[in-house]
Amino acid sequence: MTTETTKKFNIDTVEHAAKTPDTELPWAELGLKQNEFDEIVKVLGRRPTGAELAMYSVMWSEHCSYKSSKNHLRQFGEKVTEEMKKDMLVGIGENAGVTNLGDGWAVTFKIESHNSPSFVEPYQGAATGIGGIVRDIISMGARPVAVMDPLRFGAIDHPDTARVMHGAVAGIGGYGNCLGLPNIGGEMVFDSVYQGNPLVNALAVGVMRHEDIRLANASGKGNKVVLFGARTGGDGIGGASVLASESFDDTKPSKRPAVQVGDPFAEKVLIECCLELFKGSLVEGIQDLGAAGISCATSELASNGDGGMEVELTSVLLRDPTLTPGEILMSESQERMMAVVTPENIEAFEAVMDKWAVEYSWLGEVTDTGRLIITWEGEVIVDVDPRTVAHDGPVYDRPFARPEWQDSVQANSFTGSVEDAGRPSAPTELAAAVTELVASPNMCSKSWITKQYDRYVGGNTAMAFPDDAGVVRVDEETGLGVALATDANGRYTYLEPYQGAQLALAEAYRNVATSGAVPMAVSDCLNFGSPEDPDVMWQLAEAIRGLSDACMELGIPVTGGNVSLYNQTGTTPIHPSPVVAVLGKLDDVARRTPSGWREDGQAIYLLGTTAAELDGSEWSNLRGHLGGLPPKVDLAAERALGEILINASRDGMVDAAHDLSEGGLAAALVESSLRYGVGARIALEELMERDGVDLFTALFSESQARAIVSVPRSEEVRFKDMCTARGFAHLRIGVVDAAGGKLEINGVDELSLDALREAHEATLPKYFG
Amino acid sequence: MTSIPLIGEAVAVAAEPRLAGAKIGVVTFPGTLDDRDAARAVRLAGGTAVSLWHADSELGDVDAVIIPGGFSYGDYLRAGAISRFAPLMSKIIDAANSDAKLPVLGICNGFQILTESHLLPGSMIKNDHLKFICRDQTLRVENANTAWTVDYTDGQEIIVPLKNQDGQYIADEKTLDALEAEGRVVFRYVGFNPNGSRRDIAGISNAAGNVVGLMPHPEHAVEAGFGPESLNGEPRDTDGLGFFTSVLTKIVGGDK
Repeated sequence: MTTETTKKFNIDTVEHAAKTPDTELPWAELGLKQNEFDEIVKVLGRRPTGAELAMYSVMWSEHCSYKSSKNHLRQFGEKVTEEMKKDMLVGIGENAGVTNLGDGWAVTFKIESHNSPSFVEPYQGAATGIGGIVRDIISMGARPVAVMDPLRFGAIDHPDTARVMHGAVAGIGGYGNCLGLPNIGGEMVFDSVYQGNPLVNALAVGVMRHEDIRLANASGKGNKVVLFGARTGGDGIGGASVLASESFDDTKPSKRPAVQVGDPFAEKVLIECCLELFKGSLVEGIQDLGAAGISCATSELASNGDGGMEVELTSVLLRDPTLTPGEILMSESQERMMAVVTPENIEAFEAVMDKWAVEYSWLGEVTDTGRLIITWEGEVIVDVDPRTVAHDGPVYDRPFARPEWQDSVQANSFTGSVEDAGRPSAPTELAAAVTELVASPNMCSKSWITKQYDRYVGGNTAMAFPDDAGVVRVDEETGLGVALATDANGRYTYLEPYQGAQLALAEAYRNVATSGAVPMAVSDCLNFGSPEDPDVMWQLAEAIRGLSDACMELGIPVTGGNVSLYNQTGTTPIHPSPVVAVLGKLDDVARRTPSGWREDGQAIYLLGTTAAELDGSEWSNLRGHLGGLPPKVDLAAERALGEILINASRDGMVDAAHDLSEGGLAAALVESSLRYGVGARIALEELMERDGVDLFTALFSESQARAIVSVPRSEEVRFKDMCTARGFAHLRIGVVDAAGGKLEINGVDELSLDALREAHEATLPKYFG
Repeated sequence: MTSIPLIGEAVAVAAEPRLAGAKIGVVTFPGTLDDRDAARAVRLAGGTAVSLWHADSELGDVDAVIIPGGFSYGDYLRAGAISRFAPLMSKIIDAANSDAKLPVLGICNGFQILTESHLLPGSMIKNDHLKFICRDQTLRVENANTAWTVDYTDGQEIIVPLKNQDGQYIADEKTLDALEAEGRVVFRYVGFNPNGSRRDIAGISNAAGNVVGLMPHPEHAVEAGFGPESLNGEPRDTDGLGFFTSVLTKIVGGDK
């Protein structure tokens, strides 16, 4: 036996490749198409080496290259007004966008998918989803301060849902809790369309001073390239190209080993270590290692810099010494970072590593050749223009067309359908309907999940689940802080993708404004089926067009995000699910508005108007119906409502505010009452009269641009005057009743809060223990 | 070189000069999470927080020590089992056992480190329901006579956050009986035992009362607007401040 493990491969050098043009390469197994392989040969002027092939295959995968969506995603950069640019410090393209918060503070946030790994191995998939998004935030120079997780799983009663639920929630908690990042919100949706393709999205937010913003580039000839953090192992090899870019079907062998394994302790140490590096200005450029590992980090750092880079691959510290060069380049081992350090800072850099007991190895240096050269014991195995790897991947204009079935789906309205038979109208029926709604899988209390997450760590969480937005303080002196909400409605988007995406944005925007924060920026995670299906491609194109148009109208830019395609089982795609995160700013988090009322006698107002909009609603979902058109989008109204909520919060005119969305007014009234166990007396006759709707519709319609607020008596005149001056519909629908312990709605049998709470909270424990 | 005003630093407090002189060390291990929170709690109580690093071999001139929560070394072994061997821990153990009786508070992972160090008896195992749990927890102060509880009263009920995975306190019956008899059960869970701890024990002390460990997190209930609330929305966000004012009172001696 020999200890010279590095000798055991037949190294396919560049020289060798040039001499052996006809060698068969496994490009198809690595997920490349014939035209893509031909393009690589053309770019290089020869066949790629094995190592080069590995790099191109992962970097040109759908997951890393956005080859199907790029042509559409451009709109996020093009449809931008001066208003939207005002506070954007770093836009799309970097690890995460950066927004100016004022007072020298900046905030960075991003949402990403970790869908396929979370289906294969829910615990590790969800855990490493958190790990990856947090490293994106660190690599911008920021201290991560919170995370959020929008989740979409299959039917609540399907046997496999429990597997995914237990694993993903434990993984998010196990990793996030151990990092010391409060989990401040998210979503939980059950729908059988996600049965074989659960959506596990992860959002992280970080803050920094302006001068600490870091970018991923390698500049300055002679500067050193260092890899630090965990060792490189065999986990996640080919994950990016193989897992995230193909659909699951039964014809291929198991892909289980391609899921990465997380080590949250290593990541926590890495966070502190990086912050110390930033504090000492010890790194020139930094990049996290996520999908495509070293392939991605070296090619992105080199192509974003002004020169080239030379790296010796045998210097990489390995967990598994048998890894081949190609595997090392593709490995997606977690908790690793790559940085560029000036020679003068090497000593200081090493001192920080030693303090935190973090392993590191110097791999090479920045050059001025414009080439990315990777050697194996001095022999060149990669010699490429890094741009061709990182940025010049294939771009496809995938064909798309409005599906033939779209018209018939839209023509099938809930009202008057078979499923609508026996619509509740009597007081007992309506009370039962309200109870059924708030106990339903999508509307029930999510505390079974959120109590497994630490929301306190850091001491800056001003608001978290179940309020409309998560709120975190940034500056302890001034109270400056940020609010975040994520939303999506797959059913709305299925019915009408352009509008559905806008409704997701509208809801997240409304949630942030409801908390009292001024919406500032957007990050999106576009979860769709296969782009090779023209129906799905149309959904994607329409959703992007809708979202980018709506961002322009609301005046808030998309600063980053991610696209997750091929979320389908066989030929059946998930509902198109653009998950939209909106970030807002609060000058003083002490002024944030919670979703529940507390004080007896306060007036309850409904803002906005109600139309008969039940298509795509939670109620229709409960009756097993999906058809018609989603609620109307009115972005001008959303903006006006937002301004009212923000002003009301700033001037102390409201004590509670809750947006109306899924489940309509019925869900909002119950949630605001249960928040603090304080009931209300509600009368909707005037609303029904004004808007021309019946009581059922008033309660269950999901008309947009609405919110309920509780107004202290002393503020009522001022509040009404403000709404009147802004020409926004507002109606007093009731009063807070602290003594009764019930929610009384005229025309609906009395609902005791105890019974509502019982119904609301029993659902998840019933299915998941 | 830029200076990052890290979140969790520099909250201005109208400090009582007498208290501000008291220095409370807050230990950071690799994987410690709540060190900045503990330091903030000390500042909000009026004292001066001093950062201590696990690998340091000297304790310096601190008047008390807090071992905060987190997942030191990832809790991949028994929680606290590795941290217990940190160079600084041997200094803390000596100081706690010395005649000067250095006040030491272990919170959550800190409590686990104190049991591993044998400064406190018993141990923590995985919660009986096998899940991480985060909730606003009601505690009853069973002994308001320790270095960390003199600002509470016996029987007082407080609400502080609880968040743990391995929080089930266990000890043999003899030890439990001795703890009860000697008044060393300092806190008990009220209303709901969140992890299956024996006899609803949330926190205990050593015989001298200078070393206290508990699973819940008083440092997360020290500031208005950033802590727990009662079920009906009444703010209970500063119920934990008493831990930190207690030790400061103790250090400066006599009445505040």
